[in-house]
Amino acid sequence: MLSRTASALYWLGRYVERADFTARLVEATVRLDALSASPAGEAAWASALSVTYNDKAFKATGDALSQQPVSRFLTLDMTHPGSIVRYLEQARNNARAVRTALTREAWTAVNRLWLLFANRSSPGGAAATLNLVEGVMAEARGFEGAVHRMMRNEATLLIQLGAAIERADNTARLLDVKYHLLLPQGEKVGGVVDRDQWTTILQTVSAVTAYRWMYSDGLAPTNVTDLLICRTELPRSLAACVEEVVEQLNGLAKRTGLQGEADRMARARIARMQKTRASEVIVSGLHEYLEAFIRENAMLHAAIARQFRFI
Amino acid sequence: MGTSRAFDEIWGHGGPGKPRAEFSALSQWIRDTPQAEMDRRQQAAEATFRQLGITFAVYGDTDASERIIPFDIVPRIFLHDEWQRLSEGLIQRVEAINAFLDDIYGERRILKEGVLPSELVLNNAQFRPEVAGIKPPHGIWAHICGIDLVRTGPDEFFVLEDNARTPSGVSYMLENREAMIRLCPELFRSFRVAAVDSYSDMLRETMRSVAPDRRAGQPVCVVLTPGHFNSAYYEHSFLADTMGIELVEPADLIVDDDIVYMQTIAGRVKVDVVYRRIDDDYLDPLVFRSDSMLGVPGLIAAYRAGNVAIMNAPGNGIADDKAIYSYMPEIVKFYSGAEAKLPNVETWRCREPQALKYVLEHLDEVVVKLVDGSGGYGMLVGPTASKAEIESFRAALIAEPQRYIAQPTLALSTVPTVTEKGLAPRHVDFRPFVLTGSDGVKVVPGGLTRVALKEGSLVVNSSQGGGTKDSFVLLPDTKRKSQSQSQGQSQTQVQI
Repeated sequence: MLSRTASALYWLGRYVERADFTARLVEATVRLDALSASPAGEAAWASALSVTYNDKAFKATGDALSQQPVSRFLTLDMTHPGSIVRYLEQARNNARAVRTALTREAWTAVNRLWLLFANRSSPGGAAATLNLVEGVMAEARGFEGAVHRMMRNEATLLIQLGAAIERADNTARLLDVKYHLLLPQGEKVGGVVDRDQWTTILQTVSAVTAYRWMYSDGLAPTNVTDLLICRTELPRSLAACVEEVVEQLNGLAKRTGLQGEADRMARARIARMQKTRASEVIVSGLHEYLEAFIRENAMLHAAIARQFRFI
Repeated sequence: MGTSRAFDEIWGHGGPGKPRAEFSALSQWIRDTPQAEMDRRQQAAEATFRQLGITFAVYGDTDASERIIPFDIVPRIFLHDEWQRLSEGLIQRVEAINAFLDDIYGERRILKEGVLPSELVLNNAQFRPEVAGIKPPHGIWAHICGIDLVRTGPDEFFVLEDNARTPSGVSYMLENREAMIRLCPELFRSFRVAAVDSYSDMLRETMRSVAPDRRAGQPVCVVLTPGHFNSAYYEHSFLADTMGIELVEPADLIVDDDIVYMQTIAGRVKVDVVYRRIDDDYLDPLVFRSDSMLGVPGLIAAYRAGNVAIMNAPGNGIADDKAIYSYMPEIVKFYSGAEAKLPNVETWRCREPQALKYVLEHLDEVVVKLVDGSGGYGMLVGPTASKAEIESFRAALIAEPQRYIAQPTLALSTVPTVTEKGLAPRHVDFRPFVLTGSDGVKVVPGGLTRVALKEGSLVVNSSQGGGTKDSFVLLPDTKRKSQSQSQGQSQTQVQI
């Protein structure tokens, strides 16, 4: 496989995942904003921006921290590289460049995702925004389904590898920011607003029901941390993503004979992850843990790019 | 240009409802299929093309200018013996084109013997002195030719233009057939139609057959595209996909010590055959345009060293140049020793004073073309042109006569076509595809029929509002099968 093709497939996986994650985040934040007492709304949107590292760019627009402007910024803003529409444009460009490596279904799914946004300028009110981001999530699922029905070859593995690396990064950021989200003055830890924040996290990674099944003792920060970091049953947990990266790399090694630094790093990470306990992480500093994880994930990405000679 | 006088591929000269004898089944189909049903199928075909992204991009493109080429569901049909005669003429012509290119960049016998004026070749913008003296692998230059034909009567076919550089349209030939099989399956029960989907296999075999060194196992073949912003990108990806080979961009290739490699995840892989869909100018900045950001530095050196086959060969533009075209009958005669089986359209070379005089006196009757124009640009269609257009061409002709040729406006044949007012005759041309490998010359039984959708119009280019149709080539009649087989090897590859 051409190096350029490998790189484009990997980034196709990353961009679709990133668009999907941003859509989930917007959905959860709209919900949080609607549920909370009024002062919490602003904080919710501020945190949605900082999860996606878009806070500075948004501040530069001078717009108010509220549903409509932030939603627009994160979904349809063509001038902003961190918007869903721009992620989808990148995904489509990558898919177009490697059309021969995709099935018709996979290509049309990406094309449909992108068409969803073509010629739209405003997400509208809360209800319309929810419709829009739900559309993104549905089409992204369609793409994932199409990828699962492709030949089990390097192309499929690289798309899934990109998605797994991206997902690990997204979950770590989400947990980091939401955990440190400042509670409005007068709110208690464990109070209504705090509960809503934690619910938002679970919602973003579609784990509300999973949480109820796995933990009998109500919403507790340690449990949420455990679920999102250590539990491989949850597809978006760090542990699950870390395992998936190793699986895809193994598959690639089997098919291409290419094995190296990326494999060693990914396997070392899985070994550490298996010994990780949520309670210990919280005691020794969740923020530091997550920061280190995000850094390591970026280094793994760089090792993958070297190993597969991305150009 | 009276449409009524033109020969119709289905009705002949008889007029609607009175088909040529062999086409009563199509006539019946047209009668039996209501207009609304025709419209529905037409729309279904176009919706499919849109969703699959079978589009051509218009430069300066955003999503809005990705267009589909209109498709018409009434097919154009060739009888088997018509096709046999056409194939023989096409093979003879393409063999002559190959011999001409080999000669022009080699010994130049045809110039020495005075068949062609030397300056017409050597001073031609399409002549590439950079490739003179190169012997391409197996001596083949024009591996893929698209020969544009027009028809004016039952046995009157003329070559309008030779395309020996990077002729496109073959993906439409294949996708149009797919659409017809889905939408009008009953037609394939009425007619026994030769399959066109063998094209990809034939092209792959052609590519393999021209690899420089065929002892070294399976050669590595690639399709070279300028990139996904190119207007014909769909076709490039389609071809690579159906052949199961890599679609590469210039940045994927690297030349080291006169060997061409593609950069893969497993490191460098040697490339033996490049089917390039990039113009000469942008192929190798070390040899052609040094300002080009595209291109593979060193590609021509590797080619000169005999380490890679490039199809079509750089320098082919001289063979399909419109000024050279007028000499094709002489060129065919010179290399084959026989008269051309497929005639040219009568052509006045405006560089010749007598011809120029005639053209200037008959501007309202002729078609004037730039010798280096393409895609319907830079041409005058006398009978439909305004006075002002005629006068501006007159001035241009007088200023630079060598840049123009002129041809009579032919009564191009028509085919019934779906229009807003029901079926109506529309003018068509035809581009068959001819492949030349080290194992011989083959014609795919089919091609691209382009149709001028505007009433009376003769301009079929997609950039000028033309559409396409499927082109059926009929298999030999079953009853006569044993007879036609005893006549010797069929030169058309027919798969049932």
